[in-house]
Amino acid sequence: MQLVEGTDSSIRRFLKQLPGVDQVGAESRAAMLGTRSIKTASKKWAIDCAISMIDLTTLEGSDTDGKVKALCTKAVHPDPTDPTVPSVGAICVYNDKVATARKHLDAIGGQSIPVAAVSTAFPSGRASLEVKKQDTLDALNSGATEIDMVIDRGAFLSGDLVKVFTEIVYIKELCGDRAHLKVILETGELVTLDNVRKASHLAMAAGADFIKTSTGKISPAATAPVVLVMLEAVRDWYEMTGIRIGVKPAGGIRTTKDAIKQLVLVRETAGEEWLTPKLFRIGASALLNDLLMQRMKLRNGNYAGPNYVTLD
Amino acid sequence: MTFEYSPAPESTAIVDISAQYGLFINGKFVAAKGSKTFNTINPATEKVLSKIAYAQASDVDKAVVAARSAYTKVWSKMAPQERGKYLFRIARIMQERAREFAVLETMDNGKPIRETRDIDVPLAAAHFFYHAGWADKLKYAGAGDNPRPHGVVGQIIPWNFPLLMLAWKVAPALATGNTVVLKPAETTPLTALLFAEVCQQAGLPAGVVNIVTGDGATGSALVNHPDIDKIAFTGSTGVGKGIARAIAGTGKSATLELGGKGANIVFDDSPIDQTVEGIVSGIFFNQGHVCCAGSRLLVQENVHDELIEKLKRRISQIRVGDPLDKNTDLGAINSAAQLARIKEISSSGDAEGAHRWSPECTLPEKGFWYPPTIFTGVTQANRIAQEEIFGPVLSVLTFRTPQEAIDKANNTPYGLSAGVWTEKGSRILWAAKQLKAGVIWANTFNKFDPASPFGGYKESGWGREGGRHGLAAYLKGGEK
Amino acid sequence: MRIDIRKTYKLYIGGAFPRSESGRTYEVTDAKSNFIANPAQASRKDLRDAVTAARGALGGWSGATAFNRSQILYRIAEMMEARSEEFVEEIALLEGISRVAAKKQVDQAIDAWVWYSGWCDKISTVAGSTNPISGPFYNFTVPESVGVVGIFPAQKSSLLGLVQAIAPVVAGGNTAVVVASQKFPLCAITLSEALATSDLPGGVVNILTGITSELAPWMGAHMDVDAIDATGLSKELDKEVRISGADNLKRIHKFSSSDTPQRMLAFMEYKTVWHPIGI
Repeated sequence: MQLVEGTDSSIRRFLKQLPGVDQVGAESRAAMLGTRSIKTASKKWAIDCAISMIDLTTLEGSDTDGKVKALCTKAVHPDPTDPTVPSVGAICVYNDKVATARKHLDAIGGQSIPVAAVSTAFPSGRASLEVKKQDTLDALNSGATEIDMVIDRGAFLSGDLVKVFTEIVYIKELCGDRAHLKVILETGELVTLDNVRKASHLAMAAGADFIKTSTGKISPAATAPVVLVMLEAVRDWYEMTGIRIGVKPAGGIRTTKDAIKQLVLVRETAGEEWLTPKLFRIGASALLNDLLMQRMKLRNGNYAGPNYVTLD
Repeated sequence: MTFEYSPAPESTAIVDISAQYGLFINGKFVAAKGSKTFNTINPATEKVLSKIAYAQASDVDKAVVAARSAYTKVWSKMAPQERGKYLFRIARIMQERAREFAVLETMDNGKPIRETRDIDVPLAAAHFFYHAGWADKLKYAGAGDNPRPHGVVGQIIPWNFPLLMLAWKVAPALATGNTVVLKPAETTPLTALLFAEVCQQAGLPAGVVNIVTGDGATGSALVNHPDIDKIAFTGSTGVGKGIARAIAGTGKSATLELGGKGANIVFDDSPIDQTVEGIVSGIFFNQGHVCCAGSRLLVQENVHDELIEKLKRRISQIRVGDPLDKNTDLGAINSAAQLARIKEISSSGDAEGAHRWSPECTLPEKGFWYPPTIFTGVTQANRIAQEEIFGPVLSVLTFRTPQEAIDKANNTPYGLSAGVWTEKGSRILWAAKQLKAGVIWANTFNKFDPASPFGGYKESGWGREGGRHGLAAYLKGGEK
Repeated sequence: MRIDIRKTYKLYIGGAFPRSESGRTYEVTDAKSNFIANPAQASRKDLRDAVTAARGALGGWSGATAFNRSQILYRIAEMMEARSEEFVEEIALLEGISRVAAKKQVDQAIDAWVWYSGWCDKISTVAGSTNPISGPFYNFTVPESVGVVGIFPAQKSSLLGLVQAIAPVVAGGNTAVVVASQKFPLCAITLSEALATSDLPGGVVNILTGITSELAPWMGAHMDVDAIDATGLSKELDKEVRISGADNLKRIHKFSSSDTPQRMLAFMEYKTVWHPIGI
């Protein structure tokens, strides 16, 4: 559904009709949802659900094939001692490690796990459109089926919304049927919740399949109020268009408690329909082990220790 | 599979409820003169929690005598700074025993543990902490050069915020050097009786705080007692008027915090998701048992449908049920009598042609429950737009222009609270100026703080509680 | 010898000087029981009309800037100064006191207007506050006018008690319905002539003369009167008015001291406004 044409006036008109966000009110709603107490059966369900939603991520300059392969192994069988643990949602790596990841996943029975590539001059996005396109093509050709692109925050903040919009349109075109497009807003640089709402709608209007909070390189990242506002955005988008867009918080979600709070936000904001890896992902690395330890606690009744989950 | 929250009940092991309670007079629990008692029950289960002594006029007299003696001999002679230290002690003990207070309040009142734990109890302790610091600074309180306490204050509090209302009453009274005879509500005496224990633990001199349990007749005995200098009452406007008549010509002064029919005004440029939250907390906080509830929603007509749709979706998320469950949003109605009243007024909404809507929710079989309810298509002439329902029932009206919104908002004998939702700053200040209400919440609702004066215009009462202005109500030569 | 022109003492309602709708007058005498005048004896309907006028004037007066109110109150002092001779005469005549003593009362009354004139744009500063909330909210409290105030000024004073009651009420932005001292009503009417020439909008102050015990119960029971200064009521009437006044919870106060900001604040309501602080 074409809500916006790629002209400056059309985009401005579209974003202008969005309601404002009162920061204090949004924070207090998010904080209130953070007090939900998830126990016993619901906790068990939530932990497995969260594991299946993780985009298990490594985005370091020091990444090697060995590191990426190890991550893939963990993605398929997060807990080698317990086959009932679900696989994670995806593996998320830099472009040049996509092929390695894809190949290794296929080799160890992880064919169903997609590989996501961070693209478009991640994390800053400071490159020409041609470079960004090439970057994306490179990832797609290497076997990425999910593209995590960054928006041009500088353009957004300076008011060049057409640039932000058209870049997303171009990248979406390249993705075509080959890959899902996740658009990273880098909310820590957009700063205000009004900007988060605007950028969310801008990204959805330009064709994003997912909107993602952060690169993980900037703090604050996936704070509860930011995720709340993005969930409200996809909910409102669905009301307008009948299309469900996914949400991916990334950065700063390290504990089971954090992850469950995210699921509560999803359930009580966008709704149950979003509680699937198809529509909600959590970008994380350390989170997985905490979820596994909590899972052991629920299974055995005793608190687990870090030596009983694998390092990577 | 869906994400259903498993039960997460707060343990009741922390509270120790006696089978029977006496009156708290002169620092000790004593038997009432008569043998009459009454039960206090858990409104969520209808189970009897305890048997409470019934104070008759002679018991009230004993309490007043104790309070007078404590006032004359001890409290009025104590250095203000030392008086303040007792209040600090009380605040600290309340913080130490916060969970116990929260669980007990939830059991006796029926309100969700999330609210008692996060709002009622911390705010009550904060009230003591705030007023403790005033005790030795009264000459800076703007109440004249020679601020003096009234003497013995009779205080009568309602059942909707039993401990918090106790704190609103007792803390400023003690800080200013008065002594107190307090009557908690008939259906919710337990946290006041636990507070009596806190007074004992704090070493508060005997007779400074006295607590007499009973019903309306007990309260009436307190109001009419000749040795009471001031009455402080929170409750219905009807009873408040009765008190005003009773003390006419006696020279007693009074603070009255009474009913309301708060208008919550939503303009078409409001931050809509936070507005929806504000509407929900405005009317469903504490089951709507709130005198300042935003029980009349005034929506600009051009956003009515969109807002109501969002509101309904949000209300469908409200979790109704076991108040002790940490995930409960809406607890039990406080009493069978209150439930009957809510049902009666609400049914007039049906009869007068308003459209009722409630989400699907299963209510527990035992106890007193009412689902979150909104009526749309309400007009000023409907009973549900005029009378205080004091329950989880919202009346939705529309307006076309800002002036019409204000006119409708002010078109009531009440004047306690009002809400304004708009992103336009100058309109907020304009509306705040026009609205005849003591508390205006702009882009927020139902917020309370010890430093913020609270109280109503018109038939919503006399005087303020909280802040410098509330303090003055307990001082002679003060600002009212 | 020239026969002097006597004044007809009429009511002051909504800026006009009507006779009582009842057609009644009552006799006022001097200290030695000599006839002085036949002022109007206001009826309950005159009181009703006065309340309507006061309500009608409330929006404009309470909405005027404090500076504007301040100037008008000062103007009242100017107008009184010009008429001070007339006030002195009336006081001396009715109260049976010396002209020197009467002059003192007039001077004090004029100075009271000046004092309250200065208060108009200061009371909010002194009595209002910003309140430090434990949370991200800006919170402030301001005093506002309570509305229509019924005034029963001290009975034993022709002018000073009258001004000491009216000035704080209107300084605070209220409008007033005054029932003048039954025995000494002449200054009240002369005052209304000063008010009528002082830029004070019609209806802000309405002055009735008549029988206090006849009018007080109607004032107490009137549901559109917000507050009462009961200083001039007897103990019995005070009680009666408080009982009937409870029907709409009128703020009823009696004062023993004069010229204090408390007399303004007694007829003001505190309004507290909250707003979130965020980006």
